[in-house]
Amino acid sequence: MSTSTTKDGRSGGAPPRDRPPRTLLRERRKETLLAWGFLAPSLVVFALFLIYPLGRTVYLSMHGNDIIGRPTRFVGFDHFAELFTADFGKVLVTTLLFTLLVVVPGVLGALAVVLLLESGIRGQRFFRSAFALPFAFSVASASVIFAVFYNPASGVLNGILYELGLGQVKWLNSTEWSLISVSLTTVWMNLGYGVLVLAAGVGSIPREVNEAALLDGATGGRRAWHITVPLLGPQLFFLAVISTINALQSFGQIHILTQGGPVGSTTTLVYSIYQYAFAYGTSDFGRASAQALVLLLMVLCCTALQFGVIERKVHYS
Amino acid sequence: MSARVVAGRIALYAVLLLALIPVLFPVYYVFAGTFMQPRELATFPPQLVPTGFHLENIQRVLDAVPLTRMYGNSLLMAGIITVAQLVTSALAAYAFVFLRFRFSAVVFALFLSTLMVPSESTIIPNYLTLSDWGLHNTFAGLVLPFLAYAFGTFLLRQSFRQFPTELRDAARVDGMGHLRFIWTVLLPLSKPTLSAVGVYVFITSWNMYFWPLIMTRTTEMQTLQIGLNSLRNAESANPGLWLAGAALSVLPTLALVLFGQRFIVRGLTAGAVK
Repeated sequence: MSTSTTKDGRSGGAPPRDRPPRTLLRERRKETLLAWGFLAPSLVVFALFLIYPLGRTVYLSMHGNDIIGRPTRFVGFDHFAELFTADFGKVLVTTLLFTLLVVVPGVLGALAVVLLLESGIRGQRFFRSAFALPFAFSVASASVIFAVFYNPASGVLNGILYELGLGQVKWLNSTEWSLISVSLTTVWMNLGYGVLVLAAGVGSIPREVNEAALLDGATGGRRAWHITVPLLGPQLFFLAVISTINALQSFGQIHILTQGGPVGSTTTLVYSIYQYAFAYGTSDFGRASAQALVLLLMVLCCTALQFGVIERKVHYS
Repeated sequence: MSARVVAGRIALYAVLLLALIPVLFPVYYVFAGTFMQPRELATFPPQLVPTGFHLENIQRVLDAVPLTRMYGNSLLMAGIITVAQLVTSALAAYAFVFLRFRFSAVVFALFLSTLMVPSESTIIPNYLTLSDWGLHNTFAGLVLPFLAYAFGTFLLRQSFRQFPTELRDAARVDGMGHLRFIWTVLLPLSKPTLSAVGVYVFITSWNMYFWPLIMTRTTEMQTLQIGLNSLRNAESANPGLWLAGAALSVLPTLALVLFGQRFIVRGLTAGAVK
């Protein structure tokens, strides 16, 4: 015992020497208390509105409920078993199709715009701001504007088709076009964000890289394809993942433009959750919660992918 | 410059301007349509330029729905959420950077993991909780779940870590308390990040749709975004009114995007660019 005190040399020795450690300890305790005090507001919100609800979603998903949504009986995994039916299969297919229709054109469109902007033109800032402008529009306002465009009898889109001598399209009222129309609106809303993310990525490419490429005679398209695009890899990946997560969560444009129709052709996962839980007055929280857990799983997979790749990138560089 | 290069440049501008048309046309049309008369909006093929600045649509949209009230609701909701998130995030970020406590890393991991949870997967229990508390159709119900969000903590933590430790030590030697240090030294020096977080939070909460839709029942409590949809349902035959409503609703965020783009870019691309 006596050897150990002399060994570490701090706690051993004469009584007066005991004091500094004790005040240090008190200071430590004060700091810990303060830290938890500072974290408390956030932690309370997370506990009440994020962690507890997750548990309650699991609970609800395993219970049947009465007409006003009170859980009445334990049904185990019945609601999840119902997810393997054709009805829910259609919802999933619609969700994935919508995601593809939004993410692929959105990311490629933003990339095209950014590459054009980077090829040494004047007024880059003007163009970038102009392309970012749709970002100011909320989902609701964008949807309302596009609802006007999609009007079959007086909308601008059919007006253009008419001028070109082409046939008219029932943008929102036909099963072939409804999902495309909602996607088109979403791509328009998202483009600005994509341009901002990729432009910021281009800005972070070291100047020497481009100068070296120019010395080697790589200009225009070749420089873009062999230098800029590969170096933008992380940003492109980030954008693809974030756009996917956002597309999976889309709701407002569907609620305003199509209400999930016609005949369920635009009923995505989140819209289906809304319908079961809130739309029909049935308050089927059990079924809706099971679907909410599917959404959670999909988003978690995307985020894990993002974190996994970013982690690898960090190790690489 | 050779002729080929000049031709290439011209082609480049042409492609860019062509690409800008579909991007900017809706922005133009929402304002153009606002000033059109019903007759002009109903012609086919559609008329693209208003014949004059007719203000009837704006007048009628203000009569049709309590738009000013909804404006106020949206402003108040987004304002409260923004201020609250700035406060909760700054406090938490301070604890993570400047205070030593056990489980710091674990708690931070917990914070980050909350970012992965889509709000739609907790929306039903949150709706039930707040209804149980009697907060359905109230401001408290609209804002409570959003008073803290880990994204702000994450960004502010990054920014606080850049802070020179000598300055912190000097403040401590001067006997400056934690809160005074945060308020008089740290926050003023973190203004760019605070603005980025603030602008980002304001725009996202101003644009919220699902939550206000289910949380509000009366038009007096509805936010602007929900009001736009009510307008569309109530005035189903009058696109001029919808466009006027959309134009009015977009003005604040349009101003933010035009004048605060620097901060928006910082806030939005924080995850993408290190």
